Amino acid sequence: MAVFEKGVIFEGVDTADSSCWSLAAYQARGGYTALKKLIEAQTPQDEVIAEIKNSSLRGRGGAGFPTGLKWSFMPRSFPGDKYIVCNSDEGEPGTFKDRDIMWFNPHALIEGMIIAAYAMGVKRGYNYIHGEIFEVYERFETALDEARAAGLLGERILGSDFSFDLFAHHGYGAYICGEETALLESLEGKKGQPRFKPPFPASFGLYGKPTTINNTESFASVPFIIKDGASKFLEAGKPNNGGTKLFSISGHVNRPGNYEIPLGTPFATLLEMAGGMKDGKKLKAVIPGGSSAPILPGDVMMDLTMDYDAISKAGSMLGSGAVIVMNEDVCMVKALERLAYFYHEESCGQCTPCREGTGWLYRVIHRIENGLGRPDDLDLLTSVGNNMAGKTICALADAAVFPVRSFTKHFRSEFEYHIENKKCLVDHKWF
Amino acid sequence: MLTTESLAKIDREVAKYPAAQKQSAVMGALRIAQQEKSWLSTDLIEFVANYLDIPPIAAYEVATFYNMYDLKPVGKFKITVCTNLPCALGGGVAAADYLKEKLNIGFGETTADGKFTLVEGECMGACGDAPVLLVNNHSMCSFMSKEAIDAKLAELDKLGN
Ligand SMILES: Cc1cc2nc3c(=O)[nH]c(=O)nc-3n(C[C@H](O)[C@H](O)[C@H](O)COP(=O)(O)O)c2cc1C
Ligand code: FES
Repeated sequence: MAVFEKGVIFEGVDTADSSCWSLAAYQARGGYTALKKLIEAQTPQDEVIAEIKNSSLRGRGGAGFPTGLKWSFMPRSFPGDKYIVCNSDEGEPGTFKDRDIMWFNPHALIEGMIIAAYAMGVKRGYNYIHGEIFEVYERFETALDEARAAGLLGERILGSDFSFDLFAHHGYGAYICGEETALLESLEGKKGQPRFKPPFPASFGLYGKPTTINNTESFASVPFIIKDGASKFLEAGKPNNGGTKLFSISGHVNRPGNYEIPLGTPFATLLEMAGGMKDGKKLKAVIPGGSSAPILPGDVMMDLTMDYDAISKAGSMLGSGAVIVMNEDVCMVKALERLAYFYHEESCGQCTPCREGTGWLYRVIHRIENGLGRPDDLDLLTSVGNNMAGKTICALADAAVFPVRSFTKHFRSEFEYHIENKKCLVDHKWF
Repeated sequence: MLTTESLAKIDREVAKYPAAQKQSAVMGALRIAQQEKSWLSTDLIEFVANYLDIPPIAAYEVATFYNMYDLKPVGKFKITVCTNLPCALGGGVAAADYLKEKLNIGFGETTADGKFTLVEGECMGACGDAPVLLVNNHSMCSFMSKEAIDAKLAELDKLGN
């Protein structure tokens, strides 16, 4: 676990101090003053939401949807129960930022969720935490206990009329539960199978009640926006791409880890921060936003800035901010085979195009990798992909197809070589 | 079927959800049951379902859907190693190969002495710390070089006696 560059969430967090996550440490660095400010001034809900809108904060879970706008969809005057849910089910291969937020700075997330609850008139929230990080879940529960004991959660928060309580829910191994409606099903104690949309969670969410779901990093950015102002947050990034963003860098760099840097930072700068390429090898390719984002050749990446707009213009997605770096020794067929296996394993099985299609993609890529590829296999991959993307309840099918399309587009010659010569074009080494 | 300590833990899970939504606690309850008994037999799943007042099939559906539940006996130490792409680029596949060689078993198998089960895992959200492995679902070990794997296996081996 390591955070090397610090922006709005990690500002002032001494990750080397084993108690940096505690309530006392959080308060010492100005924590919970944003919440106190709102409660003391009895700030109207609309003003809080307007501030989030003005900050240009875009959802950090993958889709980059404007957070303030999402909050404004909540029917605040709805008389019954309403919920907010945090998506900490971080399972997108390459992503490991939410874990570090909860490990080193859990109260930033808790405060962000309390402010969200205040703004949307919500009394109960859940944080859904990825199965494999039990130790993080336990720490988060301890942080919740601290907040409750200090009167920051529960009935009449800080002596006001506002009440809100928050609980942690521990997942148990299913990538699909990162998809927001599968997550809601899972929270209800069911198989994590996505729901049809519409109705959207803002009208029919947890237990059928209005619900707003945001990623961990989105919620954890909120205290800064309220404390220091939307314009300060916006200035930390670039227009339409407000704030700093956590990038999780993995693969062939000297210093893998999390880097919280302004949106719009050149990729070349980020690579340099991460210590450059390991063993002085050549950069071959980068997946800039988690395994579901289309892969881009290294030289294309070297000219890009790390923000939603620039990466999407280049044909990929900033996604979760997981930057997977590959050097010249990686066989692209082998790399894609592993990703295809993952999506096949993790398809929930509900929609036929996804359940069957992910298996087809995997088997065809597997046979190419193993020297059994047929001349028309690349066309077959295209046709299977076309029958999956956009034809299912959730976007897992699309997430499985994007890598296939982009790998076979940018590195087509490697696939053709494999099919023709029954072996790798490169002398493959994983690391 | 479960100790009072486990039942108290399950009660704490139940208390997190609205009174009419006890089913929400089934994931936590199954996890707690598995922690005590090491794997989930059909009887155990049924016990958990009855404890939560939900149909056994509802609990069984959950137990079979999420891949950290074990529906068959596993070794004393279940080691899950991540081989997904980001980890592979950081030595995850090499770590898995080394584990297979040292334990002399493949994925999904248990050593003859019943001590170790080896499982291939998917992304654990820890890719920057590759190679990573998970012991008995709850204890994550980072940067598992060959030396670190040797030390970990020796430590577990001793614990298992
Ligand atoms: C297959 C799939 C997996 C997803 N996994 C995650 C995840 O692990 N974490 C996350 O925050 N969002 C994930 N999402 C996106 C969520 O559905 C949702 O858009 C997001 O949590 C909204 O939060 P945000 O607006 O703050 O980004 C996933 C989506 C899909 C289709
Ligand atoms: S790929 Fe192994 S932890 Fe993410």
